[in-house]
Amino acid sequence: MMQIHVSCVVNGAPIAAEAEPRTLLVDFLRNTLRLTGTHVGCDTSQCGACVVHLNGRAIKSCSMLAVQAEGADITTIEGLAAKSGAVGRTGLHPMQAAFRAQHGLQCGFCTPGMIMTAVELVTRNPNPSEADVRAGLEGNLCRCTGYHNIVKAVLTAAAEMRSAPAGTESAHV
Amino acid sequence: MYEFDYERPQDLGAVLKAVDADSAFLAGGMTLLPTMKMRLARRSRLIDLSALRELRGVRVAAGKIEIGAMTPHVEVQDSPEVRRLIPGLARLAGGIGDPLVRNRGTIGGSIANSDPAACYPAAVLGLGATVVTNLREIPGGQFFKGMFATALAPGELITHVSFPVPRRCAYLKFRNPASRYAVVGVMVAEAADGMRVAVTGAGPQVFRVAAFEQALAKKFAPEALQGLQVPSDGLNDDMHGSADYRASLIGVIARRAVALAAVPG
Repeated sequence: MMQIHVSCVVNGAPIAAEAEPRTLLVDFLRNTLRLTGTHVGCDTSQCGACVVHLNGRAIKSCSMLAVQAEGADITTIEGLAAKSGAVGRTGLHPMQAAFRAQHGLQCGFCTPGMIMTAVELVTRNPNPSEADVRAGLEGNLCRCTGYHNIVKAVLTAAAEMRSAPAGTESAHV
Repeated sequence: MYEFDYERPQDLGAVLKAVDADSAFLAGGMTLLPTMKMRLARRSRLIDLSALRELRGVRVAAGKIEIGAMTPHVEVQDSPEVRRLIPGLARLAGGIGDPLVRNRGTIGGSIANSDPAACYPAAVLGLGATVVTNLREIPGGQFFKGMFATALAPGELITHVSFPVPRRCAYLKFRNPASRYAVVGVMVAEAADGMRVAVTGAGPQVFRVAAFEQALAKKFAPEALQGLQVPSDGLNDDMHGSADYRASLIGVIARRAVALAAVPG
């Protein structure tokens, strides 16, 4: 079977590996690179649990081939905090910290995808309304239906990210 | 997924050389890959178009907006030129799928797929756009040939879509809350060549409504469409809505779209 060489950067580290053309990016991340923080929730491209950043944009890694990542810069939930330069006592990105503080998760399965989508949402719109956040999370499903606190978490993180942009350490961490 | 071969040619010539009867062009992959994952589609080879930078981007040329086939929806949604000249088109692009889909899905992929519930076909027909391929220019009115069918010949590749700038336009859809596809979507446009009303989601392919266009030509206002009804014959009838329901929605959504278009900016 055909194998194709893939070179890309994942969470800041250069990666060189082989993949079959039909290997999805999410399976490449999970099975080849053992980055299991990115989840598969549906297999039908609808749930958003598999969202990662591809060249800064939030995408469903279940709807892209690994071989399409050639030359790309990918960030997964594992690399989010370091990539943003958001450091501190907790070592969490402000979005991760806000999900924890606001209890923006129940079972936690959708959380990595929610956070990756939410980070791009706030990057695109630093001061979102509640309606903006709900619209921006349309591609992410929480089967616990825990949306209320997820929205609160994103609004909290947005405020935090406005006052302490990536790369600066905020006063209280 | 079934096995397949993959190529990512670096220029248009190599793309056209790679294509054969059992291959498919891979644009954003937002329909093709999910259907292949579910084994609803099978291709022996995918030809990835992502290396063709000349197929991506928005250009203003001679009073028209040209959108490269590989331009993702988010770039149309955000384009300052599109927002200034055809805000209804930027709004349409910003309502497709969800943000994750808009980051990958492309205009060329969408119209080549000719999904009867997709949004872009309403813009192509409703704005009188021209679909430009490696071989020819296809008027929007001759491009869609039924459910998942187009005028494209095997191996023919869309390079860009050229939109004339209308005086005003608006697109509105009554969307399926799960898929965000249009149960009914209507583009209304006061174009240089007259009124255009294009409906997606309601039938096997996008279509114009002459009676609505004539009424709007007399008066561009929601009340001009009051009492006008599209016959339900041949409209889609499925779990999302009956043909009669869709026929009724076309009038409602068209009136709201006119109201939206009538508001400046």
